[in-house]
Amino acid sequence: MLSYIMKRILSAIPVLLVVSIVIFLIIHITPGNPASVILGEEATPEQIAELEESLGLNLPIHQQYFSWIAGVFQGDLGTSYFMKAPVTESIANSIVPTISLAIFAQIIALLIAIPIGVLAANKRGSFADSSMMVFALLGMSIPSFLLALLLVLLFGVQLGWLPVAGFRPLSEGLLIHLQYLILPAISLGAIQAALIARMTRSSILEVLNMNYIKSARAKGVKNFSLILKHAFRNALLPILTVVGQTFGTLITGAVVVETVFNIPGIGQLVINSIERRDFAVIQGVVLFITVLYIFLNLIIDILYGMIDPRVRLDRK
Amino acid sequence: MQNETLLEVSNLKTHFGSDTGFVTAVDGISFHVEEGEILGVVGESGCGKSVTAESILRLHDEKFNTMYEGEIKYKGENLLKLPLSKMENIRGNEISMIFQDPMSSLNPVYTIGNQITEALLLHQDISKKEAHNKAIELLELVGIPSPEKRITEYPHELSGGMQQRVMIAIGLACQPSLLIADEPTTALDVTIQAQILDIMLRLNKELKMGVIFITHDLGVVAEICDRVAVMYLGQIVEEARTIDLFEQPLHPYTSGLLESIPKMDGDRSKKLNVVKGSVPSLDSIPQGCRFASRCPFADELCLKEMPELRPFKDEEGSKVRCWHAEKILNERKKEHVSTD
Repeated sequence: MLSYIMKRILSAIPVLLVVSIVIFLIIHITPGNPASVILGEEATPEQIAELEESLGLNLPIHQQYFSWIAGVFQGDLGTSYFMKAPVTESIANSIVPTISLAIFAQIIALLIAIPIGVLAANKRGSFADSSMMVFALLGMSIPSFLLALLLVLLFGVQLGWLPVAGFRPLSEGLLIHLQYLILPAISLGAIQAALIARMTRSSILEVLNMNYIKSARAKGVKNFSLILKHAFRNALLPILTVVGQTFGTLITGAVVVETVFNIPGIGQLVINSIERRDFAVIQGVVLFITVLYIFLNLIIDILYGMIDPRVRLDRK
Repeated sequence: MQNETLLEVSNLKTHFGSDTGFVTAVDGISFHVEEGEILGVVGESGCGKSVTAESILRLHDEKFNTMYEGEIKYKGENLLKLPLSKMENIRGNEISMIFQDPMSSLNPVYTIGNQITEALLLHQDISKKEAHNKAIELLELVGIPSPEKRITEYPHELSGGMQQRVMIAIGLACQPSLLIADEPTTALDVTIQAQILDIMLRLNKELKMGVIFITHDLGVVAEICDRVAVMYLGQIVEEARTIDLFEQPLHPYTSGLLESIPKMDGDRSKKLNVVKGSVPSLDSIPQGCRFASRCPFADELCLKEMPELRPFKDEEGSKVRCWHAEKILNERKKEHVSTD
């Protein structure tokens, strides 16, 4: 198992290198100059050139890349042009609210989606099934910012049950932390929930057609445990894949929701950095999210092995 | 000694809903199985053997797209009228079933021990520990070496023959009175096939268990079955004691099947007889006799009217669904005399 994890981590390095080159090129090809943004519209060409030189932006692009990537390998993502602080530090500060939001959204999505998917599969073809799937389609179609605004309007403004916006760190207490997170998490998790519900339903239906379900039924297994014991665990693999793939989009998708709810997360950091043409931060964040994706995929692969003995890695 | 009738199926029909309406996969089947008896059910693929077997346990989802008609009396009780919860008590306990493809019939994510003890725990009031010990005994019974070790393994770690033994162990876990074996040896190679048949035959004798053995292998039928029902397109076309069926097939379809078996002492230069054509699809069932389109003896009557399954007078216990059974038999006898 350990050697497998090591192998996976090593194989991630080329992926990261490619990503780093692509992101570096894209950023440097897009129009806009950090020096002129920092100095404002009044700045003279001489001032801009001077700042460019001090930031290293006047060097040939491959030199800029190599000096950056050399730092990355030492854990130094560079220094923000604008905030004058190390990029790692700004990411570390903004990632906490985003991760908190993403995990909470994921939990809500799973809590809603899995029972709905299982129920719909069990009652396939019935009115309950179709109405749940229509509901899921609705959840997938509604843009998260719209849902966010509607939720704020209802629970924040009309009913006054929950705060309208803002963020409280976990250190202020779990309850208050969640109170501020619940609306953003629902708006972020809705699409996720819809996706997982549909996947759960179709995955279970597929498994229900398998021979081993028929033989379990012939054994006298009751319908309830037929679905929960025999079908669900087998159906979990595709569901897990969807969860793994979309958890990453939760983090990137948080950009919109963070803006609506004014949460100081990674989304806001990215948006602000793009406006300021703060190349170092953008590169750092993208690279960081790539690492996160790779890490998530690794976890999903390890979970596969726990669910399905056929993909177990360390047996004999 | 007269054995008790274990299962009596009368006029069973199984309809499946599809996009184009209902199709009737099993159309008015009647047969019975006695205690300790092995009944063979033979026929080509797609003629409704498996559906018949699965209908006995009502494995097709009635809430979804299936409709049963007729009567399936097990020990005097009509299974089709039982509530589902009662049915669940019968499945795997009173009547169990072994399926065609062992590789896909075991749940891949649970150990075989788990799957055997599940059957025990469902139907018997015993502790997990006892169930575990019993599972080991069962594995021993079906001839799996070092069962204590095997019991913790997953299906994919076993060979096909071993998997089918596990299926049999599950089927026999609660000592059922009736075992339905749906082509249990089709997916296995010949030596394993013989071993599996041997186990089933032994248990049939020891436990006086009734067996419905579904197969398209007439060789296997000759070897183990007491009686045979031949199915064609959802109906039984002939039913007879095995010995009678092989000596004197009554239905042209049965003789066709028998003639299509290659013989060791046969003439190599002669072409093997086959039943011409193929089984028509269920949504284009011919009027009249269902076999007429492939039958060398068919006449107008056959094309127009469907014969009933009727007792054949010369042969006790034999039944045939053919207008011309007597005529065909006489002709064949004459032929034999003239060639001899």
